[in-house]
Amino acid sequence: MRTSRPLLPGLIEACHAVIVSNADHLGELDRAIGDGDHGTNMKRGSEAVYAERDQLGGLPLPEALEKIGMVLVTTIGGAAGPLYGTLLIEMGRGLRAAGSGDGVLAETLPPAVAAVARRGRAQAGDKTLLDVLYAVQQAVLKQSPPAEVAAYAMSAATDTIAMKALRGRASFLGDRSIGHMDPGACSCALLTGSICRFLEEFPSA
Amino acid sequence: MNTNGANVGIVIVSHSPLIARGTADMVRQMVGDSVPLAWCGGNAEGGLGTNARDILTAITSAWSEAGVAVFVDLGGAETNSEMAIEMLEPARARRVLICNAPIVEGAVMAAAEASGGAALARVVATAEELSP
Ligand SMILES: [Mg+2]
Repeated sequence: MRTSRPLLPGLIEACHAVIVSNADHLGELDRAIGDGDHGTNMKRGSEAVYAERDQLGGLPLPEALEKIGMVLVTTIGGAAGPLYGTLLIEMGRGLRAAGSGDGVLAETLPPAVAAVARRGRAQAGDKTLLDVLYAVQQAVLKQSPPAEVAAYAMSAATDTIAMKALRGRASFLGDRSIGHMDPGACSCALLTGSICRFLEEFPSA
Repeated sequence: MNTNGANVGIVIVSHSPLIARGTADMVRQMVGDSVPLAWCGGNAEGGLGTNARDILTAITSAWSEAGVAVFVDLGGAETNSEMAIEMLEPARARRVLICNAPIVEGAVMAAAEASGGAALARVVATAEELSP
């Protein structure tokens, strides 16, 4: 990743587009096993980041990631705001500490995902967005091509359908949470897919 | 007793602004203006929700040198409160605690304790005795 300038606004636009076009679907998933606000919350967050995309693109990448994380924390709300926010803030901090270089961004992922797990007090198999993050982390560390990373993410989200929720509102439903995809896992897989498609079209990044 | 003369502040965080405000009303009825108090709840569209920025504002407005006890309802309220506390400067963050207690009973009991000048740890412990 040479410079954040052309790359980051494009990534933000891609993430914004996938959230806006899937907001209703995310809301439906959350209505089934939660409080129904995941679509509107994610849309609010992605619109806030989208509005600042040019300014964010002018920042060094570590600062930009941290700033996006803070915007997500304060605009998404719910439980997803702190989780997505923590992911990006920690990636930004990791990147700043590690300096620049090929593959450095990938190395920031495991500690950032671990921070998300601590924040949500969740682990693999709890039927949360972490189930997707772990799959993405594994694929990225294996240096899988973007299309493969996206496929792993979607398959991990699909795997949450059979799980019983152990964290969040959905856990109140017990066994009745089984049979529905976790909305956070879904948004995480959609975002991963969108980011991967974008990166494939811009291999120089 | 805390030694600086200020009573511990109380912050109430609910997904519902009606619950947060109603709980704050019950606290006020109990302790009047003797305890710094703030509440927040709801999302930007007027629906249900919590977010870290509103919680940060509430903590700041109920700030006391003796510290602040935060009462939350469900999951996101707690996670967002944790984020809000981390946004404070470290010297302040150390003096804010999230109580593991029922929001209404906890806030009212904590406020009663705080109004007598109890230290933050005592205020929190009193409220947490309500949780099994
Ligand atoms: Mg929700």
